[in-house]
Amino acid sequence: MSTRPFEIQEVHQGRLQSPFHPRLAELDTLNTWHTWKGYTSADALYCEDLEYFAIRNATAVFDLTPMTKYRISGPDALDYLNRLVTRDMAKIKPGRVAYAVWCDDQGQVIDDGTIFHLREGEYRLCSQERHFAWLQAATIGFDVTVEHETENVAALAVQGPTSYSTLSAMGLDLAELKPFGLTHVDFEGSEMMVSRTGFTGDLGYELWIEPGKAIALWDALFDAGKLFGIRAIGTHALEQSRIEAGFLAAYMEFLPADETIRSGRSRSPLELGLDWLVDFKKPNFNGRRALAEEQRRGSTWRLVKLDIDGNKPANHSYIFAKSKNNKSEIGFITSASWSPVCKQNIALGTVRTPHGKPGDSLWVEIYYQREMHWNRKMAHATVVDKPFWFPPRRSATPPGPF
Amino acid sequence: MKTYDAIVVGAGHNGLTTAAFLARAGLDVVCVEKNDYIGGAAVSRNLYKDWTYSNCSYVCSLLRPEIFRALELHKHGLQITPYGGSVTFLENGDYYGSYHDEEVAYREMARFSRHDADAYKSYSADTMRQCRFIREFLLSTAPDPTSFKPGDIRELVKIGKKFTEMGEDRMYETIRFWTMSVAEYLDEYYETDVIKASFSGSGIIGTALGIHSPGTAYVLLHHYMGEVDGNVGSWGFARGGMGAVSKSIASAFQAAGGEIRTEAGVDKIIVRNGKATGVALENGDEIEGRLVVSAMDVKRTFLNCMDEKDLPEAFHRRVKNFKIRGSSGKLNIALDGLPTFPALPKGSSLMHSDMHFIDSMERMELAYDDWKDGHWSEDPYVDMLIPTLNDPTMAPPGKHFMSCFVQYCPHQIEGRRWTSEERDAFGKTVIDQIAKYSPDFKDLILHAEVRTPQDIEDEIGITEGNIFHGELTMDQLLFNRPVPGYAQYRSPVEGLYMCGSSTHPGGGVMAAPGANAAREILKDLKRSNTVPENFGDD
Repeated sequence: MSTRPFEIQEVHQGRLQSPFHPRLAELDTLNTWHTWKGYTSADALYCEDLEYFAIRNATAVFDLTPMTKYRISGPDALDYLNRLVTRDMAKIKPGRVAYAVWCDDQGQVIDDGTIFHLREGEYRLCSQERHFAWLQAATIGFDVTVEHETENVAALAVQGPTSYSTLSAMGLDLAELKPFGLTHVDFEGSEMMVSRTGFTGDLGYELWIEPGKAIALWDALFDAGKLFGIRAIGTHALEQSRIEAGFLAAYMEFLPADETIRSGRSRSPLELGLDWLVDFKKPNFNGRRALAEEQRRGSTWRLVKLDIDGNKPANHSYIFAKSKNNKSEIGFITSASWSPVCKQNIALGTVRTPHGKPGDSLWVEIYYQREMHWNRKMAHATVVDKPFWFPPRRSATPPGPF
Repeated sequence: MKTYDAIVVGAGHNGLTTAAFLARAGLDVVCVEKNDYIGGAAVSRNLYKDWTYSNCSYVCSLLRPEIFRALELHKHGLQITPYGGSVTFLENGDYYGSYHDEEVAYREMARFSRHDADAYKSYSADTMRQCRFIREFLLSTAPDPTSFKPGDIRELVKIGKKFTEMGEDRMYETIRFWTMSVAEYLDEYYETDVIKASFSGSGIIGTALGIHSPGTAYVLLHHYMGEVDGNVGSWGFARGGMGAVSKSIASAFQAAGGEIRTEAGVDKIIVRNGKATGVALENGDEIEGRLVVSAMDVKRTFLNCMDEKDLPEAFHRRVKNFKIRGSSGKLNIALDGLPTFPALPKGSSLMHSDMHFIDSMERMELAYDDWKDGHWSEDPYVDMLIPTLNDPTMAPPGKHFMSCFVQYCPHQIEGRRWTSEERDAFGKTVIDQIAKYSPDFKDLILHAEVRTPQDIEDEIGITEGNIFHGELTMDQLLFNRPVPGYAQYRSPVEGLYMCGSSTHPGGGVMAAPGANAAREILKDLKRSNTVPENFGDD
């Protein structure tokens, strides 16, 4: 016992690097990084603003390898997923992708993510958080295999109006690929999965390939995109576009229910505006009974998209029902940004029902600092129904050479 | 002869805490201590050359920050520095490390099981939920559920509100948690034996129960609910050893005008006309006081230092039946250099962490079986640390102090006192276990102090050397600690109070029993309160 009978590798003590890291490091001039699920991930590479406009004006490339990925397969894969998530997965045919949420027995959201129906009976589930213990526990009674494959798949988001042109220049024929569709193509002898998905609310794709081909893919992509304004981007630019698209983020708009400690800090799909993802016609899924009860009795919270007067971003603000009465606090902002493309002051927030119906007038208390001094402003806000940014090109099939 | 306002018996950290808060309220207080040093079981002892041993308690987490702040212990020399992680050595030559960094900890768990790595977050949230439930009640008196006093009712309502706020499922969870075994609790989350074994240690430290015994899940919680600087669950070292805790509180007490008398062991608490009026010392001296506060454990207080006839029969019987069984020993070792652990990679941060040498739940349970047979564990659960890697003040440069907490070790061997040969054999068992994983360890030993529960009882005075002054099982917690009806620091005898770890919320160098007792005493004296409120939601 005093000697080592076999070599034990100490687990890596620092941040991991994605297979695309060498290329990102070459392009990086700012040297500002953060940790994303143990990986080094760029805040921004050269200029946050220019990176944002690469998303809205050209082709932006974002490394999403650290995204948690699971492979779900087996004869009962569909039945398994149907019990796991709230929406009806039978409607998601091979070659299609579904946005989904899954809940605990109290109908509280554990996480949201995308489920790729790769082939008949074979799925990939992508999420922000890691859930292997939960996913494995949920297999009971099903002939299904759940495998963790985060490290086995390298992934890039290719987003923006010229993304279709860039990928076409790379030799990919994606003319018929509709939003939330996926296809398998050959890349230098390896199978690459291409999906028309993304986190930007714009025309865009995601590419999925074995890590060994990552550098070759990057080089081919950037070569093809040269004339289409291709640029690598960091998380900050992506986050800005995410809010414009009105997408939820874990730890921002909701906390994974299995990680909340205080009561009342989790959210149900109904409280997140995701009623359309809950299919009560399914006889059995995790959280069904609690959600049916909530639907009957009414929800406590409502997610709102806010169009706020003025131009001061409303980060961390309280939301009020009236401008003068501070006792009327009804919720708070969860994400906020100035939208360069809409020229709007936008935010997502959570408010107590019955407040927050589309068209409602609310007030947001904004604190902002100018040359050391703090100012406070009560800004009027309107609850809006639709995403702030939803360009026609996002769903055009075939996409044009914008 | 002078009459003090209060006599505190025992200069451990709780006695000193009560004394300090009473002195700060303007009372004339004396604290008497049987040894020629203060600190009780929170001591730093110089027993070999230039080495300082934390020779009883050895790490700090539970010490309430409210008390630290109120007594301004930083001005009295106390500094707590956090340390991180733990490591469990496997018999097959591998090790399981628990790292301070969240992602590194995740990767290491995933090396054994991806399932367990992902389960950790919900385990941690569920455990923290229980911590938050109990933490708020640490620095307050446990309400009596049979009482109709407004204070009790207010506290009961507060508990009830916190409880029902959890929601139905979490209420069920909580009730189960308080009574289940640590093994069952861990089984709900983890599949890997060594990971469970590594976590289960916190469920049995200082406890005469095995990992499969009901109630041990709570003991795990007791080790999780501490904090260092708001990081709940973190552990730290007191710079200069655990004696720094007692010394700083003593200094705060003396700064408030208090008096400490060492080598002043109490023979009897004097009761006249049903009221405590002072103490008779072992040397024959008597000290008069308007009230007496005992920081000794409840058995030593009422069974050894009082006449039975001064106590109600039912109370006396309850005290006799209070569970305070010796189950832990201690080795304090001076080392000529840093031992190597070949299983660990060179420069591993795990050298700075808690080290354990039991890698399976079966071995954990077998260790308990030996104790039940009246023996120390042949294959003990050892919680080993080398504090000198973090604290330069405890050994000469390049030399080290090693602290080994050992579970299980009985108070007596098959019902009789330990012989010195048995004590040596116990020490050898522990040293041999560590040496299996560190071939150069034995050659580096310059001096080793081996302490059985019997030794701790003989020197410190704690009955059976039980580190918590009584086991932390549900029947001995909250309003049941130490005796139902007497859980609010008052005894059946007028003018006699309790402030040691036998009272709520129990042991672990928290200073909370001492502070809570002071609050109740000041209330009885109609003095203004000097004891801080808890910081609230965290």
